[in-house]
Order: sequence, then structure tokens, then C-alpha cells
Amino acid sequence: MSTRIVAESGFHSPGPADFEFPPLFGEGTFFTKPMLVIVLGTIAVGAFFYFAARRSTLVPGKLQFAGEAVYGFVRDGIARDAIGREGIKYVPYLVTLFGFIAVLNISGIIPVLQLPATSKIAIPLFLALISWVIYNYVGISRQGFGGYFKNMMFPPGVPKAIYPLLAPLEFFSTFIVRPFTLTLRLTFNMFAGHLVLLLTILGGEYLIFEYQGLVGIAAGSVSILFSIVLTFFEAFVQILQAYVFVLLSAIYIGGALSHEH
Amino acid sequence: MEGSLNMVGLGLAAIGPGVGIGLIFAAYINGVARQPEARSVLQGIAILGFALAEALFIIAIGLAFAI
Repeated sequence: MSTRIVAESGFHSPGPADFEFPPLFGEGTFFTKPMLVIVLGTIAVGAFFYFAARRSTLVPGKLQFAGEAVYGFVRDGIARDAIGREGIKYVPYLVTLFGFIAVLNISGIIPVLQLPATSKIAIPLFLALISWVIYNYVGISRQGFGGYFKNMMFPPGVPKAIYPLLAPLEFFSTFIVRPFTLTLRLTFNMFAGHLVLLLTILGGEYLIFEYQGLVGIAAGSVSILFSIVLTFFEAFVQILQAYVFVLLSAIYIGGALSHEH
Repeated sequence: MEGSLNMVGLGLAAIGPGVGIGLIFAAYINGVARQPEARSVLQGIAILGFALAEALFIIAIGLAFAI
């Protein structure tokens, strides 16, 4: 089914087709723009933490302070709250995850790049699968194979008659719904945000330069101004979604560690 | 003007999570107003609830473009 809305005047509203990129170096090569964003983002995260931690001093410099702020935020705000005292063991993974997702999200509002690489479903899917493997591994190694499944599918403190209904639901929720929602939440938040930015910016440009007239220029200016506001909103959403992804990963790990659930 | 009925459904699907997220943050603001020192505890819970309520709409976006 077509999802593109074509008005008579010829303005093509942005749609999923705007997320398909041709290879950067001509036909036949495989390297596309999202890949470029991922490579640059990986280098940026790696360089940031490397230089922040390289010559650490007692009185931190600006860069070291920034690195420690990110690390401290994830350690105190996520790992310690969601997992508890054992959370410190998983902080390296959570910090890496947070930095990687945040940078790939923020690439959506960086001029020239302007593509949130996480809007391609492969990246969140892969990250969610890593989290999935980790929390299942942690649960099985902590409670044993049988114990993990028993605690997960038959949580104590529930009337026995409910178990036939609850056990398949819990199983379905833990193994299928969790990675699925982790993936979709991040992907389509970035997808929708990028789409709205495209719509306000391209629509404003079209109104000013193609439609013209007093109405076109006035409406187009409003649209462009609105796109600036939305860009700031998008920056907020991008950081928030990175936080949510990491928070949920930490909660799942914490749930697999604890015995009562 | 052409279009897809999917987008109408997407708009309808936004109602439920919209109400839900509103309720979550209303409760959060209430809680912080009554007990300002509980803010840091409530913040994580509020954002978690927001993320879970929002997931419904996010799945709807995915389906609207995929089907």
C-alpha cells in the first residue's frame, strides 16, 4: 500500500523512501550513509572515552569531567537504581551502550550528517539482541537453567489457579516481547522524529521557494521556525530514548539477577 | 489528494497512549509537588512508565508504515 501522499502541486511528502540510501561510492559498492554515520559515531564515542580517561588527574580537566559525568550518570542513575549493589559489574556495558546509542541518535540533528543511524532497524535490533543474550545468560548462570525458567514463568506469591494463564504469558513477554519492544521503541522514535523534521523543513522550503506569494512565504516561515523548535525537542527525545533503552536493559538484568521474580 | 487509511488509524492509535502518558506525568507532578525530596526516585519510575505506555504507539507507527 502506498504511504506517500502526493498533492496536485507536486510536493512529495517525506516517507519511508527517505530512509533508503544509494551507495556512497557509486553503483556496486555497499557503503551507504547510515554505515558512514555508524563508523563516525563509533570513532567519536571511542575517542571521547579514550581521551577522557587517558591522563586522569585528581582535579579533572574539562574532558575528564565530561567523561566522568556520563559514567557517573549511568552508574548512579541507572545501574545502582535498577540493578542494585551488583550493578557495578554491568556498568561498562551500560556506559558503552548509552554512549553508542546517544551518539547515533544525536547524529540526526548534526548538520551535514542529519540522519539518526538508529532509525535503521538493524542497529537497535542488534543492540537489543546483545541485551537479550546478557540478561538471559546472567539469569541462567545465577539461578541455574531450571531455576531461571521456574522463577520467570511461575513467580511465587500468585494463586496456583492463575499459573496456566500466567506461565505462557510470562514466557512470551520475556523472550519475545522484550527484545521486540526495545528494538521498535528506539527505531520508530528516531524514524518518526526524522520524518517530522524532514516534513517541516522540506515543507517550509517548498512553501517559500515554490508556492511563493504572501501565504506561501508566511506559512513557510512558520514551518521553518517550528522546525528549529522541533530540532531542540528532538535532541531531548534522542537523549531520553538512549536513557530508556539503557534503563530497560538494566532493569531486565536486575530482574534476572534477583530471586523473587 | 491521495493518502493511506493507515495514517488515519495511526492518528486514532495516538489517543490511548496520549491519555496514558498524560496520566503518568500528572501523577509524577502530583507526587513531586507533595514531596519534593522524592523527585529523583519518582523520575526514573515516571520515565519508565512513559516508555512502556509509548511503546504501544511506537508499534502502531511501525505497523502503519509496514503493512
